[in-house]
Amino acid sequence: MGLPQAKLTATEARLASLAMPVQAGWTRPLREAALTRVQDLGLPGRRDEYWRFTRPDELISAAPVPAAVLPPAENATFEDIDRLRLVFVDGVFDPEASDDPALAGLEITRLAEAEAQDIPWAADLYGVLESRGQSPVPRPLAALNTAFATDGVLIRATGKVEKPVNLVYRHCDETSDAILHHLIRVEPGADLTVLETGPAAARFNKVMEVDVADGGAFHHVRSQGRDHDRRAATHIFARLGEESIFKSFTLTMNGAMTRNEVVIELTGDEGVAHVAGACMGDGSFHHDDTVFITHDAVNCESRQVFKKVLRKGATGVFQGKILVKEGAQKTDGYQISQSLLLDEEANFLAKPELEIYADDVACSHGSTSGAIDEDALFYLRSRGVPKAEAQDMMVLSFLAEAIEEIESQAVRDEVVASLAAWLERHRR
Amino acid sequence: MLEIKNLHASLEEEGKEILKGVNLTVEAGKVHAIMGPNGSGKSTLSYVLSGKGGYEVTDGSATLAGVDLLSMEAEERAAAGLFLAFQYPVEIPGVGNMTFLRTAVNAQRKARGEEEMDAATFLKEVRAKAKDLKIDAEMLKRPVNMGFSGGEKKRNEILQMAMLEPKMCILDETDSGLDVDAMKLVADGVNALRSPDRGFLVITHYQRLLDHIVPDVVHIMARGQIIKTGGPDLALEVERNGYADILAEVA
Repeated sequence: MGLPQAKLTATEARLASLAMPVQAGWTRPLREAALTRVQDLGLPGRRDEYWRFTRPDELISAAPVPAAVLPPAENATFEDIDRLRLVFVDGVFDPEASDDPALAGLEITRLAEAEAQDIPWAADLYGVLESRGQSPVPRPLAALNTAFATDGVLIRATGKVEKPVNLVYRHCDETSDAILHHLIRVEPGADLTVLETGPAAARFNKVMEVDVADGGAFHHVRSQGRDHDRRAATHIFARLGEESIFKSFTLTMNGAMTRNEVVIELTGDEGVAHVAGACMGDGSFHHDDTVFITHDAVNCESRQVFKKVLRKGATGVFQGKILVKEGAQKTDGYQISQSLLLDEEANFLAKPELEIYADDVACSHGSTSGAIDEDALFYLRSRGVPKAEAQDMMVLSFLAEAIEEIESQAVRDEVVASLAAWLERHRR
Repeated sequence: MLEIKNLHASLEEEGKEILKGVNLTVEAGKVHAIMGPNGSGKSTLSYVLSGKGGYEVTDGSATLAGVDLLSMEAEERAAAGLFLAFQYPVEIPGVGNMTFLRTAVNAQRKARGEEEMDAATFLKEVRAKAKDLKIDAEMLKRPVNMGFSGGEKKRNEILQMAMLEPKMCILDETDSGLDVDAMKLVADGVNALRSPDRGFLVITHYQRLLDHIVPDVVHIMARGQIIKTGGPDLALEVERNGYADILAEVA
């Protein structure tokens, strides 16, 4: 209906390469509805305003672009943190490689198994936040995910969970095309940390729907592979209740193409949502952070802090929006997106947006891009630090504001260590 | 120790000549002061010596203990024993003061072919030296110069100087922005570092710093040259009469 021919053709070609799981159980109607959304919206095209800075072709093609499989990193991120690991290999859950999912205050079920069971909270969530997130801007790749997800986990936190849950994404097949859908419910007063690590697949489409009830806290830190050729389109949809907390940080080091969308709705008074990201890449690296935060309650706070280090032709994109609805008074919204361009060939494209319908709010946004501060570089060198090391120090310094958004010192240290190692490997 | 001969330097972009033939020799164990009106080229001299970008040396030479400074990178000059205490120390978020200092100490040692200082020794030394300068542990933990007051920044410069143990120290307007107490603390730190094998070049606008760091030799710089050299009395003369008389006398 009404889709331009090129979009229609591309959408049909992609849909023809996918099949819904046979035993979808209670998700079946939800998947069917999502498929209808995809058909109505069509998959993203180059002419779509929301995809002006990122070409969606490789994310929607019928088959993925193959990605070389690299040997696992010697020191995987978060290795030194006591955590519960759930391992996915090319998008398929691997119970053998995973830890026993029994942990106090936590219920973990694999999506494929959950579909055969009666899990009311999940039935109220699957595709629900994704569907709400389709307006005012369509996110068809997320709807495609809801319709065709082949695996994922359901995590319900009922208390303060002592260990983080680490979703580990291994990539072993050069042509894997993974679609994972996770559901997370943080019950009132519960506290959960989810870590995500690894490149996942040659192409990765992931949706995480997060429902944080009143007084709940959700912490999320992910590290998206390193040096891999993989393509990824990820979405986080979060709904926050009263006095709840949502904090998410993403570290991305290389990867050919990444589009990370985060869609958050603050629906209860005094909610807090922080989204941050640090990325570093060169060459064909293309990294897109697209964030949409809706304030629909009183006295909520949101922060977006995104930092990108780019060089040798790498491109960084930031599209960030704060929407303050009528009546969402005393909103405190902050948004900053900055890029450090290490040479003349790097690009940064930013589209910060504020849309405010309440009169008693404090919202600010800023976006900058620039080179390393020569005065600071000279200061370091004048103390004897060699140029290359001094530049690395300045890069880490630039990223610090985003990294400081991570609450756990141990996790922060790991993130800094991975960044330092990347810089070391890519030293000019 | 430091020997500067007929040094000419211009701003790279504008081609404007700032240093117009500076001649100066600082002997080991001596403190030389350079005073002069604004725009006389005092800070430029410190930048050209320490290797800051943006300047072009068009003539002359500068050596440190016989080694040509001008052909070296900034970090090599530091490893060779040159230290510049900045007029405006730079704030660097996200880089810990201690991490920075230890990296600097060990980078210099490595460049000189010396063994690196281990973490425990470094910590012990830095704590002892920080204590003398009334720099508390909390300040050491903060990112480089972040949230430091003017006085704290200058004390931090002196701490770096103490840890790096340079042969030749240049202090660029270290007294600017300091109250009397802070200045005294900084001066005490500098005086503690005076030694027979170390030279000092103290650049200042006012005589008051020289009450605390008593110089052996005072130079007056104007229009890119040293126009007059004398003993500590010369500084007092400037304090009494300003620069006008001296400038007139030379012209």
